[in-house]
Amino acid sequence: MTNSWTDIKNTDLVVVMGGNAAEAHPCGFKWVTEAKANRGAKLIVVDPRFTRTASVADVYAPIRQGTDIAFLLGVINHCMQTDKVQWDYVRAFTNAAYVVKEGFAYQDGLFTGYDESRRDYNRSTWDYEIGPDGYAVVDETLQNPRCVWNLLKQHVATYTPEMVERICGTPKDKFVQIARMIAECASPTRTMTSMYALGWTQHSKGSQNIRAMAMLQLILGNIGVRGGGMNALRGHSNIQGLTDIGLMSNLIPGYLTIPTEREPSFDAYMATRGFKPLRPGQMSYWQNYRKFFVSFQKAMWGEAATADNAFAYDWLPKLDVPAYDVLRAFELMHQGKMNGYFCQGFNPLLSFPNRKKITTALSKLKFLVVMDPLQTETARFWENHGANNDVSPAAIQTEVIELPTTCFAEDEGSLVNSGRWLQWHWAGGTPPGEAKHDTWIMAQIHLRLKELYRKEGGPVPEPIVNLDWRYKDPNEPSPEELAKELNGYTTADLTDPNDPTKVVIAKGKQVPGFAVLRDDGSTACGCWIYSGSFTEAGNQMARRDTTDPDETGAYSKWAWSWPANRRILYNRASADRSGKPWDPSRKLLEWDGTKWTGYDVPDIAPTAKPEEVGPFIMNPEGVSRLFTRGMMRDGPFPVHYEPFESPVVNVVAPKVRGNPVARVFRNDMEQFGDAKEFPYAATSYRLTEHFHFWTKHAHANAVLQPEFFVEISEQLAKEKGIKPGGTVRVWSKRGSVTAKAVVTKRIRPLVCDGKTVHIVGIPLHWGFTGAARKGFGPNSLTPFVGDANIETPEYKAFLVDIEPVAGPVA
Amino acid sequence: MNMELSRRGFLAGAGAGVAGTTLGAFGFGDVEAAHAASIRPFKLANTAEARNTCTYCSVACGIILYSKGDLKKGEKAEIIHIEGDADHPTNRGTLCPKGSALLDVVHSKTRTLYPQIRKAGSDKFERVSWEQALDRIARLMKDDRDRNLVLKNADGVTVNRWTTTGFLAASATTNETAWATYKVVRSTGMVVFDNQARV
Repeated sequence: MTNSWTDIKNTDLVVVMGGNAAEAHPCGFKWVTEAKANRGAKLIVVDPRFTRTASVADVYAPIRQGTDIAFLLGVINHCMQTDKVQWDYVRAFTNAAYVVKEGFAYQDGLFTGYDESRRDYNRSTWDYEIGPDGYAVVDETLQNPRCVWNLLKQHVATYTPEMVERICGTPKDKFVQIARMIAECASPTRTMTSMYALGWTQHSKGSQNIRAMAMLQLILGNIGVRGGGMNALRGHSNIQGLTDIGLMSNLIPGYLTIPTEREPSFDAYMATRGFKPLRPGQMSYWQNYRKFFVSFQKAMWGEAATADNAFAYDWLPKLDVPAYDVLRAFELMHQGKMNGYFCQGFNPLLSFPNRKKITTALSKLKFLVVMDPLQTETARFWENHGANNDVSPAAIQTEVIELPTTCFAEDEGSLVNSGRWLQWHWAGGTPPGEAKHDTWIMAQIHLRLKELYRKEGGPVPEPIVNLDWRYKDPNEPSPEELAKELNGYTTADLTDPNDPTKVVIAKGKQVPGFAVLRDDGSTACGCWIYSGSFTEAGNQMARRDTTDPDETGAYSKWAWSWPANRRILYNRASADRSGKPWDPSRKLLEWDGTKWTGYDVPDIAPTAKPEEVGPFIMNPEGVSRLFTRGMMRDGPFPVHYEPFESPVVNVVAPKVRGNPVARVFRNDMEQFGDAKEFPYAATSYRLTEHFHFWTKHAHANAVLQPEFFVEISEQLAKEKGIKPGGTVRVWSKRGSVTAKAVVTKRIRPLVCDGKTVHIVGIPLHWGFTGAARKGFGPNSLTPFVGDANIETPEYKAFLVDIEPVAGPVA
Repeated sequence: MNMELSRRGFLAGAGAGVAGTTLGAFGFGDVEAAHAASIRPFKLANTAEARNTCTYCSVACGIILYSKGDLKKGEKAEIIHIEGDADHPTNRGTLCPKGSALLDVVHSKTRTLYPQIRKAGSDKFERVSWEQALDRIARLMKDDRDRNLVLKNADGVTVNRWTTTGFLAASATTNETAWATYKVVRSTGMVVFDNQARV
């Protein structure tokens, strides 16, 4: 989230698309209710299903899954055509006026530079024209036909209300009603918030779904303000934290990146991470990259990382592909190219697409280690459970080691909520049986590996034997020790750059924030964006002060939020070019003539003059981007692409199947189904009574929703002869499941380009362990393809067929 | 910071003070004592409390764990009740159908309790000690890394990349667990590394 749950009370309009907060985030959704009750805010829900969120909406519109971009570009088109634009914001804080290079163009669903054989673009034309002064060329008058604003206008012109109805199946009048409500928020004193979740991410163009809304929010001037923002509701309790700390193939904590093999030296690595400002006087905060990186290396390897060995640059692996994401991992496993795999609190047998492929892949491993507080299906993928896991144990040669871990109630530490609050929690119970903390287990693995390398030698032992492990009890580092490392500390006296005799911070102290980090090895910091969370003043994440001056919803003394305890990102943009709040009743920050003051920690240098320094300090432009240059693989503007399995042909680009640059492995392409064979558009989702595959282990939840079901409309039920509560078989090109049929008015057929599209809803909570009845999940059916930029699997839109069968379910 | 201040402890203390003064003043001391003795003590009166966060979604509702036995005193503690933290700014004490049933997942019958190994081709898990399990894991890792770590690519660039063993991290573990995990995994050169956020 750019904002926070408690900030939602400040909004005038809530748009829920790609999420279902009332059911999936019930206690956060109360802030929508709060805004409705106290501010008279309105709620719009756009969803293929009439969800419980929709049931309390002021306006609900149905949409076919996988067509959100067409809808959103339609709204942008409406705003541009009707001049509902917060012009002062757009001119000052976006790249609307930037001139794009000659040669960049868009036609028939593709941008310049497409290479079909590589399923990739040459993106060299997707950039600004650079002037002789080295800066991007801008045309403040917006007259240049090649400026971003005019290119965007042209790009979205296709998405008329009629076109939106043809693609999305949303009735035109509903669309226009919603577009008008949204457009009203172009006023500087009206704000809209976007609440979305996996309904937007789990698509082969998930990143562009979110971009489309971000662009709309910029055009309306809703980023950086109270009650506005792009608010990812997020899933698991620490999904934000695990991402912040970079537990991903290509990440280093704090959104730094692992080097590639095209960067053989530290200098080569830094050469592409200079982040020179693209406009005069801009902060371009990533210019500090080197400080964050060196401090990270010091946190990893302590005294062994020195200037002489380029701070142990060689000890980091160098990537040969963009990332070894989970889809690539299971593809490699499937090809027999992997031997070992660890699952720490993760259940891929039910979580990853095309379950048949997942089972085959796991069966080719030499060993699988599962660390989990619950008995997962993955740890038992080799166990025969009849129709629910039809495998032959004798044929599976994988050695499986299951390790019992503690759960949340038995450990201490911090979790990051959707609003970036790091909240410390304390343990309340003794772990059951022999369950152990994950920190103990990881320490044991590390200490054993280190010992083996000391004893036996082996290739490149240095990064293992030199890993900084100076904990009081090396067998189990304490949460406090680890949190202090994440915050960062000095490894030498820090002296004043202007007066080397003056010590600013003594050696061995916790740093107060990332601003003091240095690139000479005198500071260590595990995750620079967490710097400030555990300082000499103590554990800021443990703060529990509910003070909230003027009830802005900031709660600045409750826990700690990254970065720098800032509660609303880009908050400088809450004030106009001169530094006055757009909406005095929703003041966040204000320029007092010498510095920024207000309710939040300014997201800009406190004395940066408003007319000179732009609010989007992480961007070298200093402004936000309506046009993303070459930073996204599938285009600088979003385009409507159909899901890989779609009931209809793409109206705006008939020759393009799916996202033209999404990575598809060869065997998976052959396993995509088409609408002739699989006529129904399926989607997956969660229920309010369950959380993924965990709550089926909890008695109460297993009682509340005991059994796997699918939801279909009354019309489809009639067509197929399916009775309410009857048993059905649902199958795709990749697998088949049986389920109870729930026949409901909540799902209705849509008409897209003259064709009736039926929707099949498939919730995801059942497996073959736990207290609920055995069942299946949608991943038995879903295609093995991910988003073109970040490889999140396409779970929300795929094709199936359905038929009634004799019950009961096996 | 008032992180250690117990809300219930504060209320209990304040309430007892008021009762002692007013009832004593009216001369009902003995009656009150007899009446109090006949009532079953409130089940949470003698529990230890710990502030925690709901483990499910990232609304991150504040919760209070009530235990028999106090971990802070080094005692064995059994959680007997979990409720929403009324002081938490986001959830203000409320919990959803998942959070309301947290106690059932803590005490689930299908929690893992002991390290187990399932040998190749076997149809069952066998209980092993932690030592056995961890020694085995370290052996398997080292053998695979020694055999398959890519030191240099075709162009002679040092890459120190291990692609044949992978690690899938959770997303309900703490930042501190995540950091310990990051350090251990990254130090081996493993690149097949991902977490739940991908999905």
